[in-house]
Amino acid sequence: MVAYVPIGLLWGTLAAGKGFSALAAMLMSVFVYAGASQFVAVDMWVQPLPILVLTLTTLVVNLRHVLMSASISRHITAVPKGWRYALMFILTDESWAMAERRALHAPLDFGYMVGSSLPLWPTWFLCSFIGAAVGNRLGAPETYGLDFAFSAIFLSIIMGFWKGPRTGAVIIASGAAAVGTKLALSGAWYIMAGGVVGVIVASLLHSEADA
Amino acid sequence: MSNLLALNWPWAAAVLGMAAVTYATRISGLLLLSGVEVKGRWKAALDAVPVSVMMAVITPSILMTGKAESLSAVIVAIAAYFRAPLVLNILLGMGSVVLLRHLLGG
Repeated sequence: MVAYVPIGLLWGTLAAGKGFSALAAMLMSVFVYAGASQFVAVDMWVQPLPILVLTLTTLVVNLRHVLMSASISRHITAVPKGWRYALMFILTDESWAMAERRALHAPLDFGYMVGSSLPLWPTWFLCSFIGAAVGNRLGAPETYGLDFAFSAIFLSIIMGFWKGPRTGAVIIASGAAAVGTKLALSGAWYIMAGGVVGVIVASLLHSEADA
Repeated sequence: MSNLLALNWPWAAAVLGMAAVTYATRISGLLLLSGVEVKGRWKAALDAVPVSVMMAVITPSILMTGKAESLSAVIVAIAAYFRAPLVLNILLGMGSVVLLRHLLGG
């Protein structure tokens, strides 16, 4: 949860730089609540707003949620069905990564899912508000390396999943596919390309012997 | 939209579109897989989703921005491999990227 504070402040700062009021920044964080796509959206934010392109790019960046919720659905069978759909609104990269790690050794019940995921949501949107309200006074985020904080968080989570050379192969395959796609296509296709290629490599390297 | 509370219609339309597609992605995995048992090669594939997708998300920032960013990513990855706490890793990443940008003139 601590990680959401600097990232939320950073995103709010960047949004303010594109003309978002603090309320506008906060409400985007309330309703969209998907950090990676919000960073991408603010990056693309020009007047007049390319609303359709923003929506489609958000879809591509967040397509990973399909795979994430498919994966987590295996572990939340103890949660009442209606609540599963509500819980998915607060499914984020980080809460999902934590839940997946816990699912390795314990079942995921409703209490765990709410307790681990729900506090992140207000943390995210309140920090977006504060970041947009006061962040501009900090000056350029690069001065403090704040622009690198998001990468550091993801790297840490990725390494938390390290299980040996096969994990390394997945990382390399995903990175290589993302680089190639990013060079060839504009937009956020590199995320889906890297994600899919990494998953294919993991599936090819799988052997029943160590399942 | 420069003051504290200002909103406008184009902003609202963009947020509505982004929120709708994002929630759709979040529930579609549930809809697709409910009642299906996943094992073997499919399980290995699903288990690799986090690493694979997160790596792809950060690839442009860590591999296609500059030497300072790539080196900092290696430093953070090594620290994370040795189970350094998340907050320490963030600070390490921010610190090394600032320092390396300065040293490498990027």
